[in-house]
Amino acid sequence: MNDIMIEMKDVVFEYKSYIEDEILVAVNKVNLTVKKGEFLVILGHNGSGKSTLAKMMNGLLIPTDGDVNVMGINTKDEEKIWDIRQKAGMVFQNPDNQIVATIVEEDVAFGPENQGIPQDEIRKRVDDALEIVEMSAYKKHAPHLLSGGQKQRVAIAGILAMNPDCIIFDEPTSMLDPSGRTEVLQTIKKLNQEQGKTIILITHYMDEAVQGERVVVMSKGEIKLEGSPKGVFKKVDKIKELGLDVPQVTELAYELQKSGININEDILTIEELLNVL
Amino acid sequence: MLKDITIGQYFPGETIIHRLDPRIKISIIVMFITSLFFVNRFFPYIFIVAFILIAISLSKVPIKFIIKGLRPLMFIILITFLINVFMTKGEVIFTLGPLSVTKEGLSQATFMALRLVFLVTGTSLLTLTTSPISLTDGIEELLKPFKRIGLPSHELAMMMTIALRFIPTLLEETDKIMKAQMARGADFESGNIIKRAKNLVPLLVPLFVNAFRRADELAIAMEARCYRGGEGRTRLNELKLDKKDIGIFASMALFFLFILSTRFI
Repeated sequence: MNDIMIEMKDVVFEYKSYIEDEILVAVNKVNLTVKKGEFLVILGHNGSGKSTLAKMMNGLLIPTDGDVNVMGINTKDEEKIWDIRQKAGMVFQNPDNQIVATIVEEDVAFGPENQGIPQDEIRKRVDDALEIVEMSAYKKHAPHLLSGGQKQRVAIAGILAMNPDCIIFDEPTSMLDPSGRTEVLQTIKKLNQEQGKTIILITHYMDEAVQGERVVVMSKGEIKLEGSPKGVFKKVDKIKELGLDVPQVTELAYELQKSGININEDILTIEELLNVL
Repeated sequence: MLKDITIGQYFPGETIIHRLDPRIKISIIVMFITSLFFVNRFFPYIFIVAFILIAISLSKVPIKFIIKGLRPLMFIILITFLINVFMTKGEVIFTLGPLSVTKEGLSQATFMALRLVFLVTGTSLLTLTTSPISLTDGIEELLKPFKRIGLPSHELAMMMTIALRFIPTLLEETDKIMKAQMARGADFESGNIIKRAKNLVPLLVPLFVNAFRRADELAIAMEARCYRGGEGRTRLNELKLDKKDIGIFASMALFFLFILSTRFI
């Protein structure tokens, strides 16, 4: 029981369409358990309900039906909502729209300031968080002068300074250039491996999904596939049916096998393919 | 064109003026403005000029920065000057058609123009030597006593911080939309004023839509970071008054009291 970070039971989220008077179901009866220290990837194309699912994990949205428990606290418990948000931090897509202050370190301090942490402790947390994301040199800079990847790392530091157990990343790289994506992805992996944070990464990039320990594929508000990256991407046809792509290397291996070459189909990286060939 | 806006521009430094507590600086500026409007003759202006010059030299802000801040207001200052020159009745020096220049008008106009120049220099010195964040912190602290009568001091300061934070972002966005619309044949540069104003519509609509979207996302991000208003909030950089701050405040208060008293001499 104690090693469960987030538990979702029969979670449904409905919302009313503004244009027509109909009820749309964004998330439909999802059951999902995230263990402490896990690196979970949620995959899905636009409108698959993955962002809605993420926003229910820290009480930004309350499920219409079913329960979400974060470290044993139900998100419907309004009195404990701030505890939940402290435990499960969230990094959003657009770095520009989540940075509040005009100086990097002031922004990182925003979370702990809200929690009423004493001043000395805030100072320490801000310095530590900036150290982890390797942005200490930019402490006194203005955020708008930083690159996209740097801004996103500042946003991550802002969450880290709240000392959460779990960090949810809602498409953190989709607005970044390739080098920014690499920076952010490395930081995320570092947080999981060195800081022991539970990571939930929402993405539609396949090469990012490969990094996780477990992959959940969502479509039309439901979980369609679940398992290790190797296990999930082996089902090339099924994934294509859901409107997603498999990593290029995996697809190459799949096609090679189909045309009669004896090769494993659970290949995820270029190195693996090179070894096999 | 948009990059020239210098509101709230900060000139970083480590001088005595920069390090002075923002609350003290704001109070001094308030006293400064009050005395500017209280003074009714020329001679106390000698002290005001001395005060400004000493403050500028202590702050090590290049004089051209201050002059740059005055430039956009030159027009207003000029108009004030001209109106005062022609509209004040008194001893006529010479006549220009229906307008006549009087001795009183000339002195009144110079007085008004000087008052405006001092006003702008003083306040821009405040923004040049105080980082936006300590400025808003200072305002929040100074307004706190008025919370009891319903003034939301924390909310006001938070709004100012966010506004300052988003000025560069929105300027960049305006630039981007402008280029995008120009690429589609929008024309922002020709025609008379009315036509030009009409041409701004394709710029303003997307800008506003985006600003609202940004505000929404920012609000969610702030909530995710446990923001729940000013109650029980701590600060990374707490403002602290030391003896030097109080000393400077006291001597400045005396100085402005002296300037105010010149009215009654």
